[in-house]
Amino acid sequence: MASLVSHPDEVRVVSKRFGQGATNIDRYVDLDGYKAVQKALGMQPDEIINEVKSSGLRGRGGAGFSTGMKWSFVPKQSAKPKYVLCNGDESEPGTCKDRLIFEHDPHAVIEGVMIAAIAVGSHTGYIYIRGEYRYVSIIMQKAIQDAYARGFLGKNIFGSGYDLDIYWHGGAGAYEVGEESALMESLEGKRGIPRIRPPFPAIVGLWGGPTVINNAETLASVPHIMLGGSEWYAGIGTPKNGGTRLFCLAGNLNKPGVYELPMGYNLKKMIYEVGGGIPGGRKLKAVVPGGSSTPVLLPQEIDVPMDFDSLAKAGSMLGSGGVVVLDDSTCIVKFALRTIKFYQHESCGWCIPCREGTDWLKKTLTRFHAGAGLKKDIDNIYYLAENMLGKTFCPLGDAAAMPTMAFVKKFRKEFEDHLEGRPCPFEKVGAVEQLPVMA
Amino acid sequence: MKFSEEFESRFTEMLTHYPTKRSVLVPTLLYAQDEIGSLTGEIIAELAQRLDLTELEVRNVISYYSMLTTKPRGKYNVQVCTNIACMLRGGEELLDHCKKKLGIGHKGTTQDGLFALEEVECIGACSWAPAIQVNYDFHENLTIEKMDKVLDEYRKKGTQ
Repeated sequence: MASLVSHPDEVRVVSKRFGQGATNIDRYVDLDGYKAVQKALGMQPDEIINEVKSSGLRGRGGAGFSTGMKWSFVPKQSAKPKYVLCNGDESEPGTCKDRLIFEHDPHAVIEGVMIAAIAVGSHTGYIYIRGEYRYVSIIMQKAIQDAYARGFLGKNIFGSGYDLDIYWHGGAGAYEVGEESALMESLEGKRGIPRIRPPFPAIVGLWGGPTVINNAETLASVPHIMLGGSEWYAGIGTPKNGGTRLFCLAGNLNKPGVYELPMGYNLKKMIYEVGGGIPGGRKLKAVVPGGSSTPVLLPQEIDVPMDFDSLAKAGSMLGSGGVVVLDDSTCIVKFALRTIKFYQHESCGWCIPCREGTDWLKKTLTRFHAGAGLKKDIDNIYYLAENMLGKTFCPLGDAAAMPTMAFVKKFRKEFEDHLEGRPCPFEKVGAVEQLPVMA
Repeated sequence: MKFSEEFESRFTEMLTHYPTKRSVLVPTLLYAQDEIGSLTGEIIAELAQRLDLTELEVRNVISYYSMLTTKPRGKYNVQVCTNIACMLRGGEELLDHCKKKLGIGHKGTTQDGLFALEEVECIGACSWAPAIQVNYDFHENLTIEKMDKVLDEYRKKGTQ
């Protein structure tokens, strides 16, 4: 069980029931649970969608697309069954928030899936949980069973005449499956290889039926919006960035942890006040603001509101909420290598720019960091990344390219220093020196 | 091929959750592996037959997912995360320590079959780094000393 933290600046919406025993269904009901879905059952589907639209809720998985808008793309009439799929395949390095939601407030996710289903006219929902989170899936399984036992799920929920089934589904270790089309492939029992779009999942998704796919935090936010109202929710954040966000503070910080802060909270304050600053009297070197795929920010770039639009303006992304802080003892080349090693490992290999690009990047960065780098490698690293960007089936290629380009652009000097053996003492040289050089 | 009753009842129930049989494949493979230790040829043949798939289709899925393995490994699979958040807080040092202490490398198994070691990608414990998983159990905010204790506890548990 992961430990909880708190800070006075927190605004607790999604984390309101953390540590309150809300895995117990009676406790959850006492804490206003399953009220939002009953409210939704009394509304027209369009009313629900409009409420979510005007709340300014945007996808918490990383892309930041308007949730209400996504729901509105699902056709009203469909010959094939419609589905709601909750993405709980949390795997973006730096991110550990969905795990807490599932652990502390599983019914909120179930209720969010229910409301989404009612809004789009679906009668089946799936909650996909990554395979490593076994204890979390046991909690979710129990929660679903309890909801069925109460008649909250199944036939004629809350006497409304609406039938709704929800199941949980477990993964078996694959970052790529967090991408929405690969997620559907995995749920269908296949390798998690992305599908080409269009058609988008809202039109052709699971087993060919229209499918809404939302991140677990997104769905867990929905019941609060239904009860508190869109105006209240939108008012917490910044314009077009409604509500709060679970920020996972990690890396070189005195008080790492998952904190729920309003959208638009200042990053500098987040690091120095909420996160307690950098330990050991060290200085800040860089911040990865939203999971490992987001371009790194320099210390002079962190006086920025943490919302989707402000981060985009700052040349990065809000991403998945994983804020990874690097102190001045970190070797950027090594950090870039570790980042790319991950994407190389997780690339599904389906499309060539990603498969070959991540592999070449890993080889080049490995050799470079080991002290056998050439001057032209620096440009080659950038060139390789640049040529993956926007040229792959799914965003994994971009996720590998964007941070790499930022590392080279912002820390070119440090790459150059490596050629001279500074500042990173070259690690053990050997076989890696033999890795090929790109022409 | 004999699985536990729990496995069989879960399998039968899961089949009712989806419009297609093969949808149960990924979680079922993991549960089978948890019981038998690895995905043997026998398991693959059995599940292929139950789900109207070819063995090749099942193997094709197995090779994609990092948690699935066709090779037997130690009773306690020590999975050390060295991804960025853990790396910044000593994940690599933990891995090196485990390698020395257990005398095995990445994906190795100790001679007594008690431990396996694996360097893994992000396990979703970034705010509590460095972290490891032993089978499915998380151990977080680790130091070398705490790591030793964790390993000793499993050794005790495994040799009882």
